[in-house]
Amino acid sequence: MTRLFNWLFPHPAMTLILAIVWIILQNDLSYGMAVFGLILGIIIPRMTAVWWPDRPSGFKIGKMTAYVILVMWDIMVANVQVAWIVLTRPNSKLRPAWIIIPLDLRQPEAITVLAGTITLTPGTVSADVSNTGHYLLVHALDAPDPDAVRDEIKQRYEARLKEIFV
Amino acid sequence: MNWAEIGTYAAAVFLLVGALFTLVGAIGLLRFNDAMTRLHAPTKVGTVGIGALLLASMTASFVFGEGSFHELLIMAFLFVTAPISANFMSKVNIHRKTCVPPPVPPHGETWSTLVKDEIDQVPTGTQS
Repeated sequence: MTRLFNWLFPHPAMTLILAIVWIILQNDLSYGMAVFGLILGIIIPRMTAVWWPDRPSGFKIGKMTAYVILVMWDIMVANVQVAWIVLTRPNSKLRPAWIIIPLDLRQPEAITVLAGTITLTPGTVSADVSNTGHYLLVHALDAPDPDAVRDEIKQRYEARLKEIFV
Repeated sequence: MNWAEIGTYAAAVFLLVGALFTLVGAIGLLRFNDAMTRLHAPTKVGTVGIGALLLASMTASFVFGEGSFHELLIMAFLFVTAPISANFMSKVNIHRKTCVPPPVPPHGETWSTLVKDEIDQVPTGTQS
């Protein structure tokens, strides 16, 4: 039974997301659309499962939702701060900095989510990873104390992502 | 005050907020003097600016029309693709040396943009 489940839903979260995306695309919450979305959500992950060889086995949707809400809040707060910097701080007083973040995360998916989060939260843009994927290069718009930014990213985002992708 | 009026004002406020952040993003794009700091401005527009404009569109559609959730999808796809394009642009900046060069990572590693040899390139995440 579990084998059948795993064969049918190689990626349960993706099945759910595809079904929801299909329903929103159609803008029509009816049984027909839900069933068709579910069919797409089964066929597409099944056919693309070959290209996801080392996908993370554990993925906590509940914690991910909490993480998304936290990031949304951070985006709004940080946006106002950065807008203030853009409007008031002259170029000569701006302290841009490169920050190197040593990564504890190992899965490419988790690192991608972390890099995306860093870029979306204004003030920081993730620029590159090292060739082994152990360090992340981040550019900060205004960082008087680069070490503090690094520690905040590690504690606030990476620690949470480590619990999400197990 | 009925619902249509509240909706109108809410949509107007969202439009103003979105327009304001888009303007700030454009100002930032113009006035910063380094390629990397300039990159920070469009990422702002992509998040709160566009987000507020889409929220305005959604409010208007629910108050005056049939209601639509398409904006949620636009936002989701935007949030997924915006960091990728920002990442590409910063990679180009590093590669063409149009910005302050980044510090070298510790333990003899290199940034993957600057890797010269194909042999050096280890796929991310396979080593631990």
